[in-house]
Amino acid sequence: MIVRILGEGQLEVPDSAAGELNELDGALETAVERDDEEAFRPALTALLAKVREVGSPTEAGDLRPSELIIPQPDATMAEVRKLLTDEGLIPG
Amino acid sequence: MVAPMGVMKRVTMVFRAKANKALDRMEDPRETLDYSYQTQLELLQKVRRGVADVATSRKRVELQINTLQQNGAKLDRQARDSLGAGREDLAREALTRKAGVQTQLDDLQTQYASLQGEEEKLTQASQRLQAKVDAFRTRKETIKATYTAAEAQTRINEAFTGISEEMGDVGLAIQRAEDKTAQMRARAGAIDELMASGALDDMVSGPHDDIQAELDRLGATHGVDRELEAMKAEISQNAPRQIEGTSAGSSDGATTAPASTASTAEPSEPE
Repeated sequence: MIVRILGEGQLEVPDSAAGELNELDGALETAVERDDEEAFRPALTALLAKVREVGSPTEAGDLRPSELIIPQPDATMAEVRKLLTDEGLIPG
Repeated sequence: MVAPMGVMKRVTMVFRAKANKALDRMEDPRETLDYSYQTQLELLQKVRRGVADVATSRKRVELQINTLQQNGAKLDRQARDSLGAGREDLAREALTRKAGVQTQLDDLQTQYASLQGEEEKLTQASQRLQAKVDAFRTRKETIKATYTAAEAQTRINEAFTGISEEMGDVGLAIQRAEDKTAQMRARAGAIDELMASGALDDMVSGPHDDIQAELDRLGATHGVDRELEAMKAEISQNAPRQIEGTSAGSSDGATTAPASTASTAEPSEPE
């Protein structure tokens, strides 16, 4: 499956990594929901590290949409919240 | 109850919803291709302008850094000169001001690194978007040539969704860069204002530079002192001969001394 890291581009990630990614993503979601700044940063960092570890960049001209999109590494919790609504996105 | 979906899926859905809404607006799917391509080219322009804007801000901060570095070096020199002149109070003042300049400098250097990072990110975003736009153009021509409107639908949807995701991502990157440069521009403006008002300028340069004025005054005093010393030395050099020749030891002797040496030399001349 294709995963996008915002601001960085897309990576091809083996489907077998889905379970692990979902788990890490769950921790990130919990941190955002609880407004837990302390848990947020390490959760995002761990998720990104895993995706980078198992993924490889897609071809430059690949037009396939991503199955999963991860916020940019330096995203604040407020920015992530904005991403979860359609606020702040330019119409595509 | 909605099952938890995770951040990744939810963000993806928001991106998809945007793309779908745009697709729904189009009556003929093939029309979508040309319209979207137009939008892509506009976004490419925008991201390139973004890169240029960030570069401009970065250069401005660079100029300020250079100015402040010169100011810091000058204050350092002044502190040394002050110490050399035995004015520790003045040296302390110069070093205190230097510390103030250093604080500004540290802040500017952080800003500079941040702007450099944004510039780099936007440049890469622009390259990624360019590659996708090129791919989209090729795909668009193939679809238009090969398929009927109905057949084209699925292929168009996929390409459109893919490119619009990239566009959304680039759009966000531009926004982040704009926000950051706006903040830095405000701060750079504040520093420029400080410099223009003379608050920073007063510290280190120009006619209002009180440390330099004091050093100049000290320098002038030193000059007078040195001249006095030189004169005294000159006089004391001449004085012993005078004592040898005549017994005049008053300060008047200084002016009469050359005359007396001349008169003692006179007798040897005719011979």
